[in-house]
Amino acid sequence: MIRFDDVTKLYPGQTKPALDDVSLEIEKGEFVFLVGTSGSGKSTFLRLILREEKSTDGRIHVLGKDLARLSQWKIPTLRRQIGTVFQDFRLLPSKTVAENVAFALEVIGRPQHQIAKVVPEVLELVGLAGKEHRKPDELSGGEQQRVAIARAFVNKPLLLIADEPTGNLDPNTSVGIMKLLDRINRTGTTVIMATHDAAIVDQMRKRVIELEGGHLVRDQSRGVYGYAR
Amino acid sequence: MRAQFVLSEVAIGLRRNLTMTIAVVVTVAISLALFGAGLLMRSQVSTMKDFWYDKVEVSVFLCSAQSDAPACIDPSTGRAQNITAAQRDQLGKDLRSLPQVDEVFYESKQEAYQRFKEQFKDSAIADNVTPDALPESFRVKLKDPTQYAVVASAIEGRPGVEQVQDQRALLDRFFKLLNGLQLFALVIAGFQLVAAALLIWNTIRVAAFSRRRETGIMRLVGASNFYIQLPFLLEGAIAGLVGALIASLGLVGVKHFFIDQRLAPSFKFTTFIGWDSVFTVIPVLILVGAGLSALVSFLTLRKYLRV
Repeated sequence: MIRFDDVTKLYPGQTKPALDDVSLEIEKGEFVFLVGTSGSGKSTFLRLILREEKSTDGRIHVLGKDLARLSQWKIPTLRRQIGTVFQDFRLLPSKTVAENVAFALEVIGRPQHQIAKVVPEVLELVGLAGKEHRKPDELSGGEQQRVAIARAFVNKPLLLIADEPTGNLDPNTSVGIMKLLDRINRTGTTVIMATHDAAIVDQMRKRVIELEGGHLVRDQSRGVYGYAR
Repeated sequence: MRAQFVLSEVAIGLRRNLTMTIAVVVTVAISLALFGAGLLMRSQVSTMKDFWYDKVEVSVFLCSAQSDAPACIDPSTGRAQNITAAQRDQLGKDLRSLPQVDEVFYESKQEAYQRFKEQFKDSAIADNVTPDALPESFRVKLKDPTQYAVVASAIEGRPGVEQVQDQRALLDRFFKLLNGLQLFALVIAGFQLVAAALLIWNTIRVAAFSRRRETGIMRLVGASNFYIQLPFLLEGAIAGLVGALIASLGLVGVKHFFIDQRLAPSFKFTTFIGWDSVFTVIPVLILVGAGLSALVSFLTLRKYLRV
């Protein structure tokens, strides 16, 4: 599903690489936590998977494709198979909940009748049935993140990437979100989640990948947040 | 690719930025109207040339008692003298025998007076003129209009000849004026087009910025680059198209209200461009308007829209 082979990423103008010689492999259906302090390279890691950046050195394979050799116009096709969730939700404030989720499908050209069928299903999955016509500013943070997750998942992607999805949420709401992500993972979607939330990581005991200063320092299945020194 | 979605995005975009869209439309309309006027003027000049060069001749004006040209003054009497019948006949024979000459027409004073009255029948000048005031003349059609100098030198200075006039020289001055106007119109049009391009550039840049949330999500979700750019391109093209249509309407209006209703009746001695010229220019305007706008939009997007 995802393979990094000696990947290094050096942003132009910087002396220290954001990612330094990282190698790892993530199998289909895994749930992986990506932890590390700010600046450790978590966001860079995710951006490389999404092909928002190209690696300076090394090879990255995502969903069977070599990203270095992927042509510019094939990138959208790759991204259709990856769902993304962010800390700041990234919803469109002028559209309703249903329209926000539908947007993801409209934009890739799905026909209207298919959208009308799939959107209510996924809204029910995330627990927002009945709130289709609300606007984002009428929802709580947790509900907004659920909309974002619904949008990420509506196309049934093989991979879901979450960059600190609980960063703006209180602990209780965060648990709800994590349960949702877990449910999604159980349907077969690979989930990679970058996070600072130690409690969640400790509780869920999934695979933990830790970055520090661009280096991969820990790769532990059923791991905890802080490393046991 | 769903047309309905794209069109609704375009409509939203146009409405959101309405003032700038209107500015683009107006600037494009003005520049294209001037550009079209320049093209029509060129067509007008060539129409007139075709009409006139056909009729143009060398005019040999013959001395009459009223003329004040030195060539007509009889040295012995100190007064102008009418050309004699003998001189006239000889002149006519000689003219016809010149190898460069195609045809020779004789126009008497009465005939000249009739023609004058006919041409200027709507103005007051005709009332003040008598047949005697107009000279009789030979109208000479040349086989090759450029051979004027040869004919002129053969005829000028002969007794009874007041003046040899190459009407083409007159016309050339007139055409030079029209060409100057045409150049002027095109230069202004050029500047306006530059202004229009800059306006479109700015409009699209602002539009891309104000829609960066939507385009960011579209990118993440995997919309193709073309699909993301298309609403902006269409916005630019539509604004340019509307401007071109307004310019076309303007030209049609000028043709109908100005040329057909005011110029042509007053200036009967020349032809004016027909509707076919106008309908040839209109598609050019539309193409340039929509095409230029789309091109500028595309170039702006490459710079300001992260794809």
